[in-house]
Amino acid sequence: MNWIYEPWPWYIAGPMIAFIMFLLIMVDKTFGMSSNLRTACTICGGGKYSDFFKFDWKSQRWNLIVATGTVIGGYIGAHFLSKDLVVSITPDTIADLNTLGFASAGNAYLPTELFNAEIIKGTLINNHFIELRNILLLGIGGLLVGFGARYAGGCTSGHAISGLSNLQLPSLIAVIGFFMGGLLMVHLIFPMIF
Amino acid sequence: MRTGIYLFIGILFGITMFKSEAASWFRIYEMFSFDSFHMYGIIGSALVIGAIVVKTIKHFKIKSFYGEAITFPNKEKGFSRYFFGGIIFGLGWALAGACPGPMFALLGAGFLPIGVVILAAVLGTFLYGVVRKKLPH
Repeated sequence: MNWIYEPWPWYIAGPMIAFIMFLLIMVDKTFGMSSNLRTACTICGGGKYSDFFKFDWKSQRWNLIVATGTVIGGYIGAHFLSKDLVVSITPDTIADLNTLGFASAGNAYLPTELFNAEIIKGTLINNHFIELRNILLLGIGGLLVGFGARYAGGCTSGHAISGLSNLQLPSLIAVIGFFMGGLLMVHLIFPMIF
Repeated sequence: MRTGIYLFIGILFGITMFKSEAASWFRIYEMFSFDSFHMYGIIGSALVIGAIVVKTIKHFKIKSFYGEAITFPNKEKGFSRYFFGGIIFGLGWALAGACPGPMFALLGAGFLPIGVVILAAVLGTFLYGVVRKKLPH
């Protein structure tokens, strides 16, 4: 039964994502996770500031339920289907990340240097600076994801999976943009900030 | 009944994102370093199978589980919004190491700092809504 704790290879995960898209199509819905961020703005009263948020959010209730399920799925995956939370990335990537100062590469699920608040929490005075820096970096990352996803009209699920599956040229342009942005961040900006 | 189906689909998606490690910051970094086939395999196989599914549904005019005709609306034509929006999204995807689906899975997995990313993503969406008329689309 140990196989159940192993990470899923791409040839299980990819078809599973296609299956999830298929299920959503078959219940008259579409696969697109970032729409939930817009719905969240509407629920919080964003309609007062922009017409973009003036729509009946209840029409998106189904997608909020999918997102809730995703949270539960993450819990199940981490607590019942995993023994250790270590991501075995390639040695080349580990070496690169060690050089950048990420000693947790190859030993964790997320880089503790950026994500783990417990490790950061004030053991040294100058660690407060790191804590602040991390909140700032994660905040900027989230801001760019939210802004970019809505500007581009979709994220990885809406464009790279749903859009490209339907052979949409706009989605191809968006996915090329995703990769240009990602490459720019990892190869040009990371050496400056880490 | 339908609520249960949506919840089930979401749970399946969350488990897939977490167990395939597509929700790992490290996997995103590795992808943008071209060091592993893993993420390309996931996205590539999903969209090849997805394209076959879409083609099949269109060709045989397959009806949904509720008997409705299935339509695939075309994305609006344009360049600027997709290109520039895409680049902005990509910058954030690599920095935070998570796109909107995996963010929710990570929250459930118990990585609380991802909450900062989610809140900021909502704020980013809000900012877009406020300034969008000034942007080229």
